Amino acid sequence: MANVFTRMGDWVVERSPGMLPMYRKHMTEYYAPKNFNLWYYFGSLAMLVLVNQIVTGIFLTMNYNPSAAGAFDSVEYIMRDVEWGWLIRYMHSTGASLFFVVVFLHMFRGMMYGSFKKPRELVWLLGMLIYLALMAEAFMGYVLPWGNMSFWGAKVIISLFGTIPVIGSTLVQWIMGDYLPADATLNRFFALHVIALPLVLLLLVVLHLAALHEVGSNNPDGVEIKKGPKGNRWDPLKPADGIPFHPYYTVKDLFGVGVFLMIAAFIIFFAPMLGGWFLEHDNFIRANNLVTPAQIKPVWYFTPFYAIVRMFPAMFGTAVWGVLAMFSSIAVLFALPWFDVGEVKSIRYRGTGYKVALGLFVFAFFGLGAVGTDLTAELIPKLFGHVDVTFWENMFGRSMTAIYFGYFVFLWLYTHLGWEKTKPVPERVTTHD
Amino acid sequence: MANEVVDHGRRRFLTAATAVVGGVGIVAAAVPFLKSWEPSARAKAAGAPVIADISKIELGQKVDFAWRGLPVFVVNRTPEQLAILPSLDPRLSDPNSTVDQQPDYIKGPDRSIKPEWLVMVGICTHLGCVPEMWPAIKPEPFDPDWKGGFFCPCHKSRYDLSGRVFKGVPAPKNMVIPPYNFADETHIQIGVDPKGAG
Repeated sequence: MANVFTRMGDWVVERSPGMLPMYRKHMTEYYAPKNFNLWYYFGSLAMLVLVNQIVTGIFLTMNYNPSAAGAFDSVEYIMRDVEWGWLIRYMHSTGASLFFVVVFLHMFRGMMYGSFKKPRELVWLLGMLIYLALMAEAFMGYVLPWGNMSFWGAKVIISLFGTIPVIGSTLVQWIMGDYLPADATLNRFFALHVIALPLVLLLLVVLHLAALHEVGSNNPDGVEIKKGPKGNRWDPLKPADGIPFHPYYTVKDLFGVGVFLMIAAFIIFFAPMLGGWFLEHDNFIRANNLVTPAQIKPVWYFTPFYAIVRMFPAMFGTAVWGVLAMFSSIAVLFALPWFDVGEVKSIRYRGTGYKVALGLFVFAFFGLGAVGTDLTAELIPKLFGHVDVTFWENMFGRSMTAIYFGYFVFLWLYTHLGWEKTKPVPERVTTHD
Repeated sequence: MANEVVDHGRRRFLTAATAVVGGVGIVAAAVPFLKSWEPSARAKAAGAPVIADISKIELGQKVDFAWRGLPVFVVNRTPEQLAILPSLDPRLSDPNSTVDQQPDYIKGPDRSIKPEWLVMVGICTHLGCVPEMWPAIKPEPFDPDWKGGFFCPCHKSRYDLSGRVFKGVPAPKNMVIPPYNFADETHIQIGVDPKGAG
């Protein structure tokens, strides 16, 4: 005699016969390569943070007041008067920064093991779209507390569009709905931050996973398990080097979740501002349209791209060049699968030139971050005494910008002209039994 | 009926016509939503002229006034500061203010009606930050050859004490001089041209 739960299950399956096969396709019968390493935690962690942002975000909207007059006070109200409001807000603000930490590591994993290469270009493109939506989401969320950094951050980022010749100033007014960031700006950013962009993000995540599960996951050896021998413990026709995503990788990912939550909890409870890196001091001051904070810089996750803006002087009477360069720095990432067409995917079997170039690229990324966060402006006088800081900062930042873009040019030459000397790629993943 | 030959031309025409009409409809329906993002009537109305009392501004001092939500710097410049201005011309990208960033009656290196009084919208022409005034004539960390002027903390653009932009910085233009006039000896009206000008 079937119990009540089995019968309820049968009742659903009878009326929606596609659900069980879908669950199997994406969970118990999705065969992922058995050699995933530490770098493969960050995709599932990004999903965890997304869920955290949505849940904590919903509860923040219950007490937040999206108006220029009330926003700042309502955030302080959440922090001081709402029961556990401080925890919910710190989970949201810490989650935002950690989102970028795991997404950067996730992207770097893809670059290192060639996960963007054929046949996974679409997975990469959808992932880049997620990254783009995430940047917009983070920027608008940053404006909502309406502190002085919120205000001036909004002003500067929106003004980026003002450098576009002819239509620039009209476009800026259209985005702000006023002549400066004001009530109208805050309200529309709130609408986009809590409704429009989360919907876009969720849709893109579904598409990203659907595209991934169609072609199958890459792995640290960069070999296609679908092209290898067939037959494993569960299915004679499936790849020998694959294991079911559930329960094998769900359990592995749960371990990662445990470690990640320990780090996140430490930050939330002991250093929610992280010394001004996650929440900036100037944002505890109310928005003031007449005073720019002395130390104005974006939150850390925007600084590498933002530093590029500053490295280009105005030429021919327009400041559009820096802005174009900044947008290009994202655009080249989208086009990575067409810059790097090397047959060998994983860094383990690629040429020395590739390894050096990737190392330099990471160095340039951090170097630009240092310029964007004003670390270089602090360090140069300390290290070299009384010198022209602006000159040396520009020299350093421009070199880093050159390396950043040079990485893509180098990859194009290196792989299109056949300069790369690769090592032999094994037939199967190296950890098979 | 079922075996009649399909008229592909007719089918293509109908598909195209439906797509075009539908497309026009979508574009037309998008207009109100896009227009709703423009500054509202209330925002447009909040832009009245401002009277600035300059009687208490000491020599060498700067006071900010709010006009249309923008900071307007009013600076009482010293004779030494004014004397330096023409000597900076070679280091500036538009020393004669040829780009349209000021009313027609604002000319010369001092960019003002009365040379000692600088009246200027204190918004960097790069990305809209408010530059700081660094009036001292001494080497500064950002410029060892500094002769006094404005420095933008956001992207390190530099201007002289007339708001004229230096070469090789991110900002492309000199800062904006708003329309203004002297209502009397100690009051400036910001937002309105002097009588007979404009």
